[in-house]
Amino acid sequence: MSLTAFLDGIGVLGPGISDWPSAAECLRGRRRYEPAPTAIAPPAILPSTERRRTGRIVQLALTVAIEATTRAGIEPGAAASVFSSSSGEGSNCHEICAALAAPMRELSPTRFTNSVHNAASGYWSIAAGATGPSNVLCAFDASFSAGLLEAMVQISLGARPVLLVAYDGDYPEPLKAKRPIPDAFGVALVLSASRSERTVARIGAQIAGASAYMPADSLADSRLDAVRASIPAARCLPLLRALALRAPGRVALEYLDASRLVVEVVPCT
Amino acid sequence: MTARPTTPLFLSSFTAASCIGRGSQETLASLRAQRSGLRACDFETVDLHTYVGIVDGVDATALPAELRSFDCRHNRLAELALREDGFDAAVLRATRRFGRQRVGVFLGTSTSGILQTEIAYRRRDPATGALPEEFDYRATHNSFSVVDYVRRRLGLEGPAAAVSAACASSAKAFAMGRRMIRSGLIDAALVGGVDSLCLTTLYGFHSLQLLAPGPCRPFDAARDGLSIGEAAAFALIERVPASLDRDAVLFLGAGESSDAHHMSAPHPEGRGARSAMQAALDETGAVAAAIDYINLHGTGTSSNDRAESYAVAAIFGSTVPCSSTKGATGHTLGAAGALEAVIGALCLRDGLLPGGARTANLDPELKVNYISANRPMRAARILSNSFGFGGANCSLIFGTAG
Repeated sequence: MSLTAFLDGIGVLGPGISDWPSAAECLRGRRRYEPAPTAIAPPAILPSTERRRTGRIVQLALTVAIEATTRAGIEPGAAASVFSSSSGEGSNCHEICAALAAPMRELSPTRFTNSVHNAASGYWSIAAGATGPSNVLCAFDASFSAGLLEAMVQISLGARPVLLVAYDGDYPEPLKAKRPIPDAFGVALVLSASRSERTVARIGAQIAGASAYMPADSLADSRLDAVRASIPAARCLPLLRALALRAPGRVALEYLDASRLVVEVVPCT
Repeated sequence: MTARPTTPLFLSSFTAASCIGRGSQETLASLRAQRSGLRACDFETVDLHTYVGIVDGVDATALPAELRSFDCRHNRLAELALREDGFDAAVLRATRRFGRQRVGVFLGTSTSGILQTEIAYRRRDPATGALPEEFDYRATHNSFSVVDYVRRRLGLEGPAAAVSAACASSAKAFAMGRRMIRSGLIDAALVGGVDSLCLTTLYGFHSLQLLAPGPCRPFDAARDGLSIGEAAAFALIERVPASLDRDAVLFLGAGESSDAHHMSAPHPEGRGARSAMQAALDETGAVAAAIDYINLHGTGTSSNDRAESYAVAAIFGSTVPCSSTKGATGHTLGAAGALEAVIGALCLRDGLLPGGARTANLDPELKVNYISANRPMRAARILSNSFGFGGANCSLIFGTAG
């Protein structure tokens, strides 16, 4: 069976990618992709007290969420949300483990509060005044597809738009050696049950089981494909490419083990 | 696409392991005796003046040899619970009935196997700072590891995810499994939660000055914080079959909301809690008066219990019996929603409203009908609350078929 939804807004930020229009140019092949460290700035939507407390991964998640909701033309807090990440704020996790390995075991309350996997969801709800449901997922390297599937399931059951935010960042050493994510990447999609003047595309999704032996799509640009393959949230890039091409298409995204999330794209512009 | 709001689902099998018991029989016996499993903290190398709820036998539980890479306290706790009440066998039967790709796995966890990483950080190479060779990030640390373990252990290939929204995690896992079935994507879901004791949560809640020095006393006038526990609790949910026993337990509805207020403190009037409970009622199609008992989030901290009491009173008034079972189990954080769902299911089947253990002097400011003694009653519908950091709220409603 296939789930369908209308895609109304996209936000993206990653290594050498500053927003959706610049990403689309690279993905369409109009502009050469130049790798550069992910440039994350505190988003203006965060109150200054919260801005001081957040790390760069939360800021990344909120930045792409704002871009997507702005492009979709909806109030930031109007959508239900699905946040999906393999690891959340790596540096915060490192600081906690290091503190607990030291003799005094002194933990800062803010570090502990920020250690929850739903930190980005919580800060988003405060900043955007989003009082609706927010689900927060992890599925290791399949986290993007798991989040998209959940968002589309929610669309199939309700009328409210759903904001999907998938984001991942790098750990400092020594965890980096065990989970070598090179940099941060975030993507946000606003999905709706019905078409509007903002709708970019209609998308359909279904799971192809491991027995289908379907390879996950990759990108022709090897440097961009390296981003896809090394940062879990960037597994969305073949879908973003299909959207950038503004032509009907079908992509197979990495899901659990050898299964795939097959996403059909029908442009609406 | 099938079904719409108000469609109940059937809990065809469920089990739990916490400090009050391994499996249904022990858990129910403890509830009937109002026995608390909390004890002075002697966990690992922790030197805090507090009480904890430890599951007996976790360290002695062995994982199957082919899944050895997953070995850690967290996955051992999951394995221990899978073996109770014939739960693993029930899942395998469902797999044969529906197909392994039509059974999903959605488990809540907040801690994951972080204890493994905490220990690894003590054993860093003095020269290079590297973690020990044997530390396996994917199979123990990552939030998905316990879901990965359970899928492999039971040969499941359906959709899966870890839900990690602090102390609302596993209640939200129930809600997610429910959505996946309602959407038609799967026929059954293994839902639940696993949270294991670790230093991060113990020292973390200590840093927030939220740990009670003795066993926690939810809704007591002298309540002074929470006691941390660990638990694994699972349920297999599926569509309601044509015929059911009268005491079969149904999953009637779920409601979720966000406080949009503060990262670690609830909205003072319980605004988000209130809308989660109302959303659950709305999905169920029931009015507030149809709820016979509320299993409170009831952590035992001053502000949490107060905010929850306002929210409960606003919707249900001050007559519906309610209690927190955390005085018995401790606050099992990411597993609390699932543990309390299973406790609720056991009590529904047994005709018991569980009195809150350890609560001696009710706080007169909390205007709810808190029961601190057990009551025999065949409830038709109960509601269970779970609220967490980040303002994550989830309420679940269960009932009997009869």
